[in-house]
Amino acid sequence: MEKNIVLQMNHIMKIYSNGVVANEDVSIELEKGEIHALLGENGAGKSTLMKVLFGIESPDEGQIILNGQEIAIKSPQDAISKGIGMVHQHFMLVPSLTVAENIILGVEPKKGGVFIDMDRAISVADEIAQKYNFDIDVRSKVDEIPVGIKQKVEILKALYRGADILILDEPTAVLTPQETDELFIQLEKLRDSGHTIIFISHKLDEIKRICNRATIMRSGRSMGTYEVKNITTEDMSRLMVGRDVVLTFEKEAAKPTAVQLKIRNLSVRNGQGVLKVDDLSFDLRGGEILGIAGVEGNGQSELIDSITGLNKSYKGQIFVKGTDIEKSSIKDIRNLKMAHIPEDRMTSGCAGNLNILENLFSNQYTDPEYSGKMMLKTRRIQERSNELIQEYLVKCKSFRQNVAMLSGGNIQKVIVAREFSTGPDIIIANQPTRGVDVGAAEFIRKRLLDFRNAGCAVLLVSADLNEVFSLSDRLAVMYKGKFSGMFTDVAAVTEEELGQYMLGLKHQEEQEGVIYE
Amino acid sequence: MNSAKRFDLFRMLFSVLIALLISFVLIFFVSEEPVTAIVTLITGPFKSKRNLGNVVESMVPLIFTGTGVCIMFSANQINLATEGGFHLGGLVAAAVALKLGLPAGLSPFVAICLAALAGAVFCTVPALMKIKTNSPELVSSLMMNYLSLWFCTFLLMHFLQDPSVGSASYKLPAESELFTLVKGTNIHVGLLLALVVAVLGYVFLFKTRTGYELRLTGENEAFARYSGINIVKVILLSQMVGGIVAGMGGGVELLSPIYSRFSWVSLLGYGWDAIIICTLARKNPLYTPLAALFLAYLRTGASIMARYTDVTLEIVQITQGIIILLVVAEQFLSGMKHRMIAREAKASLKDEEVA
Amino acid sequence: MLENLLSPDFFNAILRATTPILFAALASSVASKSGITNMALEGIMLFSALFGVIFSAMTGNFFTGLLLTMVAGGLIGLLLAFFVLNLKTDEILAAIAINMMATGGTVLLMLAVSGDRGSSTSISNFSAPRIHIPLIEQIPFLGQILSGQNLMTYLSIVAVVVMHLFLYKTPLGLKIRAVGENKNAAESVGISSRKIQYIALILSGVLASMGGFFLSGGYMNMFTKDMSAGKGYIALAASAMGGDTPVGGFLVSLLFGAAQALANIMQLTEIPHELIQMVPYLTTLIGLGIYSYAGMRRRQKLAQKA
Repeated sequence: MEKNIVLQMNHIMKIYSNGVVANEDVSIELEKGEIHALLGENGAGKSTLMKVLFGIESPDEGQIILNGQEIAIKSPQDAISKGIGMVHQHFMLVPSLTVAENIILGVEPKKGGVFIDMDRAISVADEIAQKYNFDIDVRSKVDEIPVGIKQKVEILKALYRGADILILDEPTAVLTPQETDELFIQLEKLRDSGHTIIFISHKLDEIKRICNRATIMRSGRSMGTYEVKNITTEDMSRLMVGRDVVLTFEKEAAKPTAVQLKIRNLSVRNGQGVLKVDDLSFDLRGGEILGIAGVEGNGQSELIDSITGLNKSYKGQIFVKGTDIEKSSIKDIRNLKMAHIPEDRMTSGCAGNLNILENLFSNQYTDPEYSGKMMLKTRRIQERSNELIQEYLVKCKSFRQNVAMLSGGNIQKVIVAREFSTGPDIIIANQPTRGVDVGAAEFIRKRLLDFRNAGCAVLLVSADLNEVFSLSDRLAVMYKGKFSGMFTDVAAVTEEELGQYMLGLKHQEEQEGVIYE
Repeated sequence: MNSAKRFDLFRMLFSVLIALLISFVLIFFVSEEPVTAIVTLITGPFKSKRNLGNVVESMVPLIFTGTGVCIMFSANQINLATEGGFHLGGLVAAAVALKLGLPAGLSPFVAICLAALAGAVFCTVPALMKIKTNSPELVSSLMMNYLSLWFCTFLLMHFLQDPSVGSASYKLPAESELFTLVKGTNIHVGLLLALVVAVLGYVFLFKTRTGYELRLTGENEAFARYSGINIVKVILLSQMVGGIVAGMGGGVELLSPIYSRFSWVSLLGYGWDAIIICTLARKNPLYTPLAALFLAYLRTGASIMARYTDVTLEIVQITQGIIILLVVAEQFLSGMKHRMIAREAKASLKDEEVA
Repeated sequence: MLENLLSPDFFNAILRATTPILFAALASSVASKSGITNMALEGIMLFSALFGVIFSAMTGNFFTGLLLTMVAGGLIGLLLAFFVLNLKTDEILAAIAINMMATGGTVLLMLAVSGDRGSSTSISNFSAPRIHIPLIEQIPFLGQILSGQNLMTYLSIVAVVVMHLFLYKTPLGLKIRAVGENKNAAESVGISSRKIQYIALILSGVLASMGGFFLSGGYMNMFTKDMSAGKGYIALAASAMGGDTPVGGFLVSLLFGAAQALANIMQLTEIPHELIQMVPYLTTLIGLGIYSYAGMRRRQKLAQKA
C-alpha cells in the first residue's frame, strides 16, 4: 500500500533558556488516518516536541514538512490554520463561559457585524457535537460539567476549527477506565474518517489497544518508530527506559500497629460551597499503607487538606495520634510528626526561585539542630543539605542551585527528602510520583515501603492505579466524597472492578476494615 | 558567579546606560544648552567638596526607604506606604524635637525611636487590613500615603507652625540635630546609621529564622503555609519592620543638618525612589548603599544642572522610570541570554560525547 | 451645611467629581478583565491632563485636543503593554515607572512649553463645553443636576454603556474575558493573548486619558503639578469594588465622587481644610475595607455550610 505521509518533523532540536536540552535530535513521520503513539518517560521531550508542532515553542534546529511542503509554525493560530489541533493535558477551557461559548471562542458568528450571534453559536456547537456523536448540552457552563465531558469539549473545539491532525496529550490521565473506553471508540471513529491522531502516553497497554504505530522517545532523542502489533510491551518499555522496569514490588505482609489517624464523620465543602467530602470515617494504623484510588475531584484533595491542617472549615472530627486537630495549626500538626507530600509540587511543594538548601528546611528550620532562638545555623544546614542530596540522589550542581532549574523527578526528590528527613510517624502522600521519571518514582515508592515497614502510617492518594495496587495494604475507592469500596485483600481486586467503584457503578453497602477503634 | 548572574549584572548596567542615553536625548530636546547641561550633570558632583558631600548625604534617606522596601517586597507584600511612613517619621521627629525639650544626645535618640514606631504603626495598617478584611495592600497603602501627607500637614499647620515663615515649623533646637561627620559638608551621623540598617536588614532577611520565613512566603505563599509557617505573622512583621526602617529614615533625614525646620507639605517621593533602589539591589539590603550611591550621584548632578542650566531636576524621574522598566524587564536582551546559555549547553553536550 | 447637601448643586457636583474617577475605573476594568492590573492609570491621567491643555492650545479647539490626548493615552497604554507583554516587566513595577515618568515628565514638559513650573496658566485654555439639554433642563431639581454638565461627564456615562456592551456582547469582549480568566485556553484556540491584552491596555490608556483630559479641561481650567492626586489609584479601588464590571465601577465611582463633592462643600465649614482633604482617600480606604471584608465573609460562609 502506498504510504500517505501527512507530516514529517525532521531533526528537531530545542534548548530552553534555562539550558535544558529538551529535544536533541527528534524525527517523527505521520501517515494519514493513523493513531500514532508518542511514547516516553516524563522529561523525554514528548511535550516539547508537540509544543514545537503546535507553535508554542520555536525549534532551535530542524524542519517541519506538512503535505510535502516545508512550513514554519509560528503560533498556535498558525498551527490551527494549517489543520493541527491539540487537546492539552490540562484543559484549556474558560470555566465561567458555556460549552458553546468555549467552542466558538475565537471564531464567533456575528450579527449586525458587531455583536456575537449567540443563537447561532449554540446551534452551530450543537451541530458539530451531533455530527461526531458527542452527547453534550452546549448551554451548560464549563465549570459545572464532569471531566470526561470537558475533554470531549476540547476535542470538539479542535474539530470545529477543522483539525485534520489531532494531538492528544495524555488524554486518559484524568479519566476512569469506562470513560477511557468511550474516548477510544470516538478516536477510532475519527481515525476512520481520515483524521490523524498523535496519542501521547506512557501507558503501554493503552497504546497496544488503540495505536497503529508508535514513536518512542528517550532523553530528547527518538528511539525509532514501530508498528505496534510487531513490538511487545516489554520491548517498548525497554526502549523507553533503557532497562527492564519493575512494575510490582516484593513486599512483606503488613504488621499494623495502633491507630495513628482517626477520621470521624468528616464533611468538607469547597470554596464554592459544594459538598466534597461527605460524612467520611476511617482509621489508619501504623505499619500499613492505606491507598485511596478514585477519579480526581471526588474529594481526595479536600480530605487531605483537612487532615494536614490546610483547610480548617470542616465538620466532624480528625484525630492525629489521639489529638483532635480542630484547633491545631499546620505547624502543630507537623509537630505531631506528620509529613505531607503535596499533590502539586510547584504550587505548594517548593519555592522554585529559592535554592535547594532553602527548600530542604522549610518544615524543620526551627529545630534546635538548625537554628537558635533567632539565628539560623547556616553551616549545620549546609552540611545537612549535602547529606540529604546524597541520600536522596538529587541530581544537581550544588545546594545553591535554584529548584526550578531541576527536572520534575529531582524536584520531587527534594520534597520527599525534606518530608522524610524529619522521621515522620504519619505520611500523607498525595500523588507522590505524578509526572516523575520511572527511576525517581521507583525510588520514592521504595522509601514509602521502608517507612511502612518501620512502623509508619502511610495514606497514599494516587491516580496511578498501578501504584495503589502495588503499594497498598488496604485499598479504598473514593467516589463523591464517600468510600464506595474498601478492599482489605488488594491482590484480589481487578482493575476493571476498581473502575466500576471509581465511577460509582458499584457501591459496597457493608464495608469491612474501615474502622479499628 | 554563574553565567546567568553575570548576565543579569551586565543587563542591569546596560539598562542604566540606555536610560541615561535616553535622558540625554531628552535634554537635547528641551534645552538651549544641552551639552553644558549634560556635562554639568555628569561632572557637577565632583566639582567641589560640598557637592560630593551632597551626593553622600542624599544617600541616607534612599538607603533607609530602600531597605524597608527590600524587606516588604521580599515577603511579596507590595506595600507602598514607605512614602507615607517616611513622611510621618519626619513629622514625629520634628514634634519630639520641638515639644519635648530633651537634652542633646537624648533628644535625637528619642525622636528617631518614636519616628520608627510611628512608621511601624503606619505601615502595619495596610497589613492589618489585608489580614482582617482581605484588602489588597497595594491600593490601601496608596491611600494611606495621601492620608499621611494631609494629616502631617494638618499637624504642622495647627501645632508646629511658625507663623513668621508660613508653611514650616519653628526652628528645630540645636540639641536635636545629628552631628556632622565631615567638616564643610552636611554628611552626618545618619549615614552610619543607614549603613548599619542596611547590614542589619541583610542579616535579618538572610540569616535569621524570621527572615527565612519571610522569603519563603514571598517566593511561594502556598508553600510557606503548607510548611507550617504562620503567614499572618509574616505579613504583619514584614510590613512592620519595613515601616520601622522607613519611619526611622524620615526621622533621621529631618534631624540632619540639611533641615532646620519641618517644612514638608508635599510627599517627597523617597518611597517611590525606594522601589528603584530595591530593584537595583535585587531585594538584598546589603546592596542598597551601592544603588543609593548611584541614584544620589544622579540626583546631585541633576540639581546642580538645574541650578546652572535650563533643565529641571525632574529629568531624573524619567531616567529612574526607564531604569526600572528595563531592569525589571525579564525578556530584555533575553535573545542574547538564550544564545549564551544555548551555546554553553551545546558545548557541554559535545564534552559528554567526547567523554 | 444640610441645605447645601440637599441642593441640586451638590448632586451636580457629585457627577462632576465622579467623571475623572469613572473614566479611570472603566480603564481599570477593561485591563483587569484581560488579566492585567493597570496601576499606570495615575500616570496616564497626569500626562493626559497636561497633553489636553497643550494639544487644545496648539490646535485651537478642545475637540482635536481631546482626540490627540486620547491618541497619546493609547500610546502610553501601548508602551505599558510592550513592557509587560513583550519584555515581561512586572506590571506593578512597570506602572510605577510610568507614574514616576509622569510626575517628572509633566513638570519638564510644562516648563519647556510654558516656562512655568507649577501650573499652565500662561497657556490659553480650551475646555470642553458645558451642554444644556433642552427638555431635561426644564425639569425642576433633576434638570439642574442632569443638564448643564460638562461634555466629558456625558461622555463618561455613555462610555459605561458602550463598555458594557463591548465586554459582554462582542467577540472582542468575549476574547478579552477569556484571556483574563484562562490565558492558556484562549491561546489554545489561536487567540493571541498578547494581542488581546495589547488591545485592552491601549483601550485602557485611551479611557484613562479622557479622565485626565477632564481634570484640566473641565474640572479645572488649567494644568497644575501632580493634579491627578491619586485619582487613578482611587479608580483602581473603584473598579475592583465594582467587580471589574463597567456598571459596578460606575456605582462605586459615584460613591467616591460623592465623597469628593462632600469634601468640597465642607471647605465652607470651619473644619481645617487639611482634614477635609483626607475625606476622599479615607472614604476609599474604608470602602475598600468593607467591600473586601464582605467578599471574604461570603466565601467563608460558603465553605462553612458543610
